[in-house]
Amino acid sequence: MALQLSDTPSYQEVQPYQGAQRAYEARLAAIGAEEMIINMGPQHPSTHGVLRLQLVTDGEIVKEVIPHVGYLHRCFEKHAESMNYGKTIPFTDRMDYLASMNNSHAFVMGVERMLGIDQKIPKRVEYIRVLVCELNRIASHLIAIGTYGIDIGAFTPFMWCFRDREHIMNMLEWASGSRMLYNYIWVGGLFYDLPVGFEERCGEFIRYFKPKLPELDELLTANQIFISRTANIGTLPADVAINYGCSGPTLRASGVKWDLRRVDEYSVYPELAFDIPIGKGEMGCVGDCWDRFKVRVEEIKESVRIIEQCLERLEGPLKRTADFDPRALVPKKVNLKAQDYYVRAENPKGELGFYFVTQEKTDIPKRVKARGPSFNNLSVLPELSKGVLIADLVAILGSIDIVLGEVDR
Amino acid sequence: MENHTIGSLTTTQMGIIIRVQELLAAEFGDQAVTAVEELGLQPALVIHREKLAAVCLFLRDHEETYFDFLSCISAVDNGVESGSFSVVYHLASIPHQHQLTLKVIVENDRHLDNLPVVPTVSGVWRTADWHEREAFDLMGIYFEGHPDLRRILLPEDWEGYPLRKDYQEAETYHGIAIK
Repeated sequence: MALQLSDTPSYQEVQPYQGAQRAYEARLAAIGAEEMIINMGPQHPSTHGVLRLQLVTDGEIVKEVIPHVGYLHRCFEKHAESMNYGKTIPFTDRMDYLASMNNSHAFVMGVERMLGIDQKIPKRVEYIRVLVCELNRIASHLIAIGTYGIDIGAFTPFMWCFRDREHIMNMLEWASGSRMLYNYIWVGGLFYDLPVGFEERCGEFIRYFKPKLPELDELLTANQIFISRTANIGTLPADVAINYGCSGPTLRASGVKWDLRRVDEYSVYPELAFDIPIGKGEMGCVGDCWDRFKVRVEEIKESVRIIEQCLERLEGPLKRTADFDPRALVPKKVNLKAQDYYVRAENPKGELGFYFVTQEKTDIPKRVKARGPSFNNLSVLPELSKGVLIADLVAILGSIDIVLGEVDR
Repeated sequence: MENHTIGSLTTTQMGIIIRVQELLAAEFGDQAVTAVEELGLQPALVIHREKLAAVCLFLRDHEETYFDFLSCISAVDNGVESGSFSVVYHLASIPHQHQLTLKVIVENDRHLDNLPVVPTVSGVWRTADWHEREAFDLMGIYFEGHPDLRRILLPEDWEGYPLRKDYQEAETYHGIAIK
């Protein structure tokens, strides 16, 4: 069949509301003689996935950054409207695929609160959830730190971080059967109890991992080349960070003590002792790239503390018993009245939120909106990178630590 | 906190709702808040569309509310038969550590050349910039006054708004059959 392209009306004629698109095209067409447009991505290694940045440059200076996202859009929200709550959990795993446990924890928590069973979940289940979430948080931060090293030009930290992360991946694979996308935390419980011997192996990992952290510190955190590349670069003031909806380490590095694990006190976090590291501007000013990096390093140490406390309780008062069934409370069908609920949780990258609109007589939601932290953290990039060098743009982007699966959903 | 229950959470949330209602009534008269929705755990204030931007600015800057953090903007299709769309704003206050839900409900006939119009709040919180672009892209809500309302997740030549309940997948793309 011959294509009759000329007969079909062009999309400009079909679609109204194109004013902003036309203005954007006109802006790019009218760049000055000194300016040049450079496309960074979607295949650029330092964009950590399929992010495309259009840079309006003047020599080495970046005058403007126009991010283009959506290359990894997989219609999470449309999918979630067509299947029940339990079936959506594997889709949440694929949003921030570096921290799948944390995603499903947030999602499951929202459904449980709407069902009114969130206070009935056995303590052992909650402690296992927090344990695997914190393990996943360490894994996610290790990637952030390792790839940030690569962005800046240091290769060794990347190998060291991935070596240690591999132990976590192996443990979580042992528990859930999958390396990265777990589907382990279910509404009302867990897929299975932890495998026999998991607690011991996890304790062994912690004993191995703790001495590795000072090594990483020596290699990267206090490295003069690294400091020169990151200190005083991309400074994000606290008010700008809040106004752009930044959360997680990006917000905390600007000196705001805001951690939903403490603010909302969800799950068993109130029973656990840990601190919230914030940026102090030790090497430059508060909220620069180095601070964002440092907050993640400190958060790994806090997560290690949380894991130690979880293990203590899982091996002590909450020891496994033969008749313990982590699926005892898993509902056969999620029956909810028509309501809406917004749940938020602290992910490695920031505030992950799910907004549910439920409908009566069916276990399929009417609407699920996901608020990804990376999406909001990335939106501050054009503001942060006005007038910086192209090389610094790479440092800024890496310090925000985005994952495109969550930006595009 | 062992006694932290959802029941008490709802009462504190209701307290905020009542206080915000009083403040808004004192500032804008009785037109700003059209209803209070109490469907589930989080009650919401339904705000009159024309007053939205002013209400948001007021809530952000008033020392008692100080909602400096916009968590999320969600566009909701209320169904083909209801003939309306909602835009839901989830606000949080970092110093006061409280949350608030605002809703705007817009009647619309679902024609693609007549999108529901809601004023932008991107001048109040810059978070709203990308969230409103996403709502425009996927649900087809037109945010009046938005500085750069382009599609964000879908290609710029996409036709229709996929999260609408009556969305039909396209048969062709630039004249090429894709089904």
